[in-house]
Amino acid sequence: MSISRKAALAGVYEHPLRWAPHKTQYQIMAESARGALDDAGLSIKDVNGLFTSGVGGMGIIALAEHLNLNPDFLDSNSIGGSSFVSHTAHAAAAIAAGYCDVALILYGSKWSSDRFAVGTGGGGSGDPPEQFEGCYGPTTVGDYALAAQRHMYEFGTTSEQLAEIAVTTRKHASLNPHAKFRDLISVDDVLASREVSSPLHLLDCCMISDGGGALVVTSAERARDLRKKPVYLLSAAESCAHTSAGVRDITDAAAKQSGPKAMARAGVSQSDFDMAMIYDSFTITVCITLESLGFCQKGEGGSYVQNGRIGLGGELPINTDGGGLSSNHPGMRGIFLVIEAVKQLRGECGERQVKDCALAFCHGTGGTLGLRHSGASLVLGV
Amino acid sequence: MADGKKKPNRPVPRVDEESRPFWEACARHELYVQKCRACGTVFYYPRAFCPENLSQDFEWLRCSGKGTVYTFTITRQNQSSGFRNKVPYVMAYVELEEGVRMLTNIVGCDPESVTIGMPVEVTFEDVTPDVSVPLFKPAS
Repeated sequence: MSISRKAALAGVYEHPLRWAPHKTQYQIMAESARGALDDAGLSIKDVNGLFTSGVGGMGIIALAEHLNLNPDFLDSNSIGGSSFVSHTAHAAAAIAAGYCDVALILYGSKWSSDRFAVGTGGGGSGDPPEQFEGCYGPTTVGDYALAAQRHMYEFGTTSEQLAEIAVTTRKHASLNPHAKFRDLISVDDVLASREVSSPLHLLDCCMISDGGGALVVTSAERARDLRKKPVYLLSAAESCAHTSAGVRDITDAAAKQSGPKAMARAGVSQSDFDMAMIYDSFTITVCITLESLGFCQKGEGGSYVQNGRIGLGGELPINTDGGGLSSNHPGMRGIFLVIEAVKQLRGECGERQVKDCALAFCHGTGGTLGLRHSGASLVLGV
Repeated sequence: MADGKKKPNRPVPRVDEESRPFWEACARHELYVQKCRACGTVFYYPRAFCPENLSQDFEWLRCSGKGTVYTFTITRQNQSSGFRNKVPYVMAYVELEEGVRMLTNIVGCDPESVTIGMPVEVTFEDVTPDVSVPLFKPAS
């Protein structure tokens, strides 16, 4: 059974705030819910499927309580930043199976105003592998840096090439009024920023902001009667990658498993996409993900991102909102990948609009490339 | 500390039922990985079964302690206690002669001198009287 065009994104909303010390996390989610439901032309009482991540172990029940909902379907799959990409796929499957018909996917975070050092702090999971890692001082930046260093060694990738990703993404952010960092930067600016964990510089790293967002997914049939042009889910796939008992190639991402599968399920290939939203926790994440998804050959990510190819007007514009590198990153960014792809497919992106955008790819990476991570891929179209 | 014990200078690994033989060996300053007797797979990190076939028929393989740096990073910023004052330090994956890679730190040299492919050998740091962690230093 194919999921293609059975469900659609009917409403999206990105919370405009990047700094929200005066709000609660659940308030950000409620405001986002209202925004996405308004976008769809639905009300909170229409919602019977609820999805979230980034809350406590059973926080989704408290979220239902906070919104006074009694949903028929709940899913707080928590696989890091890609969770909300995964929720979109799960919501479509639940709708196709008849388990719910209006799914609300919510995210809210105050990691910036809470001063949570997600990139350079510690804190163990308590899971079995942690005892073989925590004592060595891993950080989120450091775990990605391990992949970057090896990629440079094996393929000759340079810091200048990785910096191109940050420069292009900043250019896109300059066209997004809500983006946190909008002043243009150069490759030299990236290289001159302090090294956080070699070979990654500060401007190779995403920011930590506050923020949140919401998605409304419903059946294709119902979506056609709603306020906005439906954006259909054409296919999805998930994956994870880890230390593989000591032999994993650190220059591959989980995207290698889920990306081609999602494209095959939709009957499309890399060259068919008008744009892509690629989780950009770090510049190296984009480089390795593009390779793993097959947009270029392995080892060629560094040269692929040069010469405007991933910029607006290029062969594959990516992260047109300014990404986690320049727009927002409240700790987990998956929901924003889907929101921006939907806006592009609807033609609502103003100055940063990709011309005639009809097919978009989203790929979320959750966790770290160096230790373990999830991958969630979506193909969206109109 | 108030009880007079020395505070460990890095997080103490939480030894569990599956990993205890590994950590007991480390406390004797010996490094072991596991090898499945059914399929021959050598694996790390330690667990109570072969991750290829879930067989519990495995042996502990004493490592030579020699390997090469597979990849590394010089960490210049880490807010967490135990590492805030250690920066810059080198976190690395070392590929052991036995064929598996382990996360570790490279010590005993200038962080700037570490390179991928560099030959290294194991050394142990006693974190508590009962727990020692394997680190690596340039091969002699």
